[in-house]
Amino acid sequence: MELLLDSLFNGVAIGSVLLVAALGLAIVFGLMGVINLAHGELMMLGAYTTYVTQLIFKLPIFKPFYNSYIIVSIFLAFIVSGVVGILLEKTIIRKLYGSPLETLLATWGVSLILQQFVRSVPLAYGTGLVVSLIIGLFLPASFPSKIKESINFKYFKFSSWIFAALTGVLTGSIISSSISKLSRASARNVDVTAPSWMRGQVEIIGTAFPKTRLMIIIITLISVIAIILFLNQSAWGMRIRAVTQNRQMSDCLGISTEKVDIITFGIGSGLAGVAGVAVSLLGSVGPNVGGNYIVGCFMVVVLGGVGNLLGTVLASFGIGIMTDLIGAGRLLSIWPNMPLPLSNTINFFATTSMARVMIFALIVIFLQFKPTGLFPQKGRMVES
Amino acid sequence: MSLSKIKFDKKIVLSFWIILIALIIAAPTLLPVFRLNLLGRYLSLSIVALGVDLIWGYTGLLSLGQGIFFALGGYCAAMYLQINSSSEFPNNIPEFFALYGVEKLPFFWEPFRSSAFTFFAIWIIPALVAGLIGFLVFRNRIKGVYFSILTQASLLVFFNFFNGQQKLINGTNGLKTDVTQLFGQMVGSDSLQRIFFWITAIIVIAAWFFAKWVVKGRFGNILIGIRDDEPRVRFTGYNPVIFKTIIFSIAGGLAGISGALYTVQSGIVSPQFMTVPFSIEMVIWVAVGGRGTLLGAILGAVFINYAKSLVSEALPASWMFIQGGLFILVVTALPEGVLGWIQGDGPRNLLQRFGLRRKIETYPSLEVNNKEGINE
Repeated sequence: MELLLDSLFNGVAIGSVLLVAALGLAIVFGLMGVINLAHGELMMLGAYTTYVTQLIFKLPIFKPFYNSYIIVSIFLAFIVSGVVGILLEKTIIRKLYGSPLETLLATWGVSLILQQFVRSVPLAYGTGLVVSLIIGLFLPASFPSKIKESINFKYFKFSSWIFAALTGVLTGSIISSSISKLSRASARNVDVTAPSWMRGQVEIIGTAFPKTRLMIIIITLISVIAIILFLNQSAWGMRIRAVTQNRQMSDCLGISTEKVDIITFGIGSGLAGVAGVAVSLLGSVGPNVGGNYIVGCFMVVVLGGVGNLLGTVLASFGIGIMTDLIGAGRLLSIWPNMPLPLSNTINFFATTSMARVMIFALIVIFLQFKPTGLFPQKGRMVES
Repeated sequence: MSLSKIKFDKKIVLSFWIILIALIIAAPTLLPVFRLNLLGRYLSLSIVALGVDLIWGYTGLLSLGQGIFFALGGYCAAMYLQINSSSEFPNNIPEFFALYGVEKLPFFWEPFRSSAFTFFAIWIIPALVAGLIGFLVFRNRIKGVYFSILTQASLLVFFNFFNGQQKLINGTNGLKTDVTQLFGQMVGSDSLQRIFFWITAIIVIAAWFFAKWVVKGRFGNILIGIRDDEPRVRFTGYNPVIFKTIIFSIAGGLAGISGALYTVQSGIVSPQFMTVPFSIEMVIWVAVGGRGTLLGAILGAVFINYAKSLVSEALPASWMFIQGGLFILVVTALPEGVLGWIQGDGPRNLLQRFGLRRKIETYPSLEVNNKEGINE
């Protein structure tokens, strides 16, 4: 019983990282049919945001609030990754709608650039750049509509970008002068240390669980609930669902699909950032951190089916629990006296990497029976 | 008038081939050993690019897992070389087995003692694996991005498998080939490398003609039909699954040959051949060269790799930026690739933009009608 609980918890912990990472991917894929290969790198940005936030909170001014930095960094990571995502959508992905394979290649290019960017640009100036992007994108949108509609709006826009650039440079130089760790570029992995209230273990029903894992499960839970509420209760959520179901018809009914695309992509990328915070709690953060999770996320999306959050949730927990059962060889301890050839096979697959092999095989077998995932979209049409 | 419509004189074609063959024969004397070796490697990569062009450029299947078949071919060649030059090691098996305390040769190594078996295994094993993966995926009408993702996932599966099995195939260290013997000579020696270069050049040309033959005629037409509108092909009475599986295994076989040639020239095969970036790079060679143009795939593979080695020698950090930029640029601005752009209306449009060439006054309907022969 205890063993089963332990296994279940581990599985849920693995699954919740997958879930929070795959959630954004699933929403974007469901809406636009676009696979964003840079999703892993947006996660990486989120993880680095956590790192930078941690260092900033070590400065004397913020020192009293140090313990809460992880909460702050969740929001910051959402904003940072979201803004980079919006920029991506506005500059590249928008031009490639209707050709998902090309989008896939272009986003791969973006992911290469982001990786190398983190390696060769000091994090302080990277932060400055992100700050100026945030201001530049949001300041013009925050003007009252009277100014927005005037002919001279382009001057306002231009001047706000200049203001943004100046703020960015200022932020960058302040950070780089006050935190020496961020002033040099380095390709080395960095570590995020959890605040003291998150270290150690907590006991539930006689079994000890690490607190960081619990925190990740909570983050995931909150993000899923927030997304479900947003999609089902808010006006924009309704528009997003409408466009997911039928793009042309929504367009005809006056929904600005362009805006819906931007918002969806922003939210999806932001969720990648939140996933990055979770990932940073699990191990060290490096330029390649996203690549370790991205294929798992794709598997979740494929297994869960398009445009259905329940499928995403079930698929990620399913994969998580299976990974733990196979990878840690728990099947043997649950059923100790199984026949020899079977137990040999299970031992052969009882490593993390071999568990992946096994799970992929299972997914392919599953797709033979349900080619469109757990919860396929209903409707009859010739697939386009 | 576009370039593709120009009919070349037979004499020009003949002299082109003579020059090409002369260059291939003379290359070992013209280039230093290091550069020659690089050129040979890049030429062997162009074979896998041909395969990518067949499945992506002609059939519209974007596979991100060609590295599997590439590495499988490489492993076949390396296993043959290792096992046939292991007579002085304990138990008559390759040296690395002793590190892990393995005394008996794993069963699947046995057939690779025979050179005839290896000769066929290099391309048949990857083709069979590709056919199996392809059939399982295509049978369920999984396509588009789903197909790309599944191929990428299977790439990772193979990577994990090969990376983790030290006792079977030396895991992450890979199999070295440059210190093994072939025909009583060291594989890494200059004289044998020169022969490998010639063999590679010949096989590239052969593969080019083979690919041309594949895309010619009805088979090729069906491939293009699948790319442009698969449901319509199905409704016309063809079964796209068979055609897709066949072309995917052909591409797999080409990748295997390419991997074997690359392995003997680079001196090692390792799970690094099955990493995600390498397989996506293969796609970008084709995309830059021009998809749907076989020559473009070859030229793209050779030139991009050459540029990569030159840039990496000078400015190591900048190649990732350049490569990333290439991905973005080629899909947004140059979707047909360089060769496709030259063959299409690209140069004329460019000349017009700079005012060097007079715009052709056309009326769209006039052009169409002329084609139909109505106005005459």
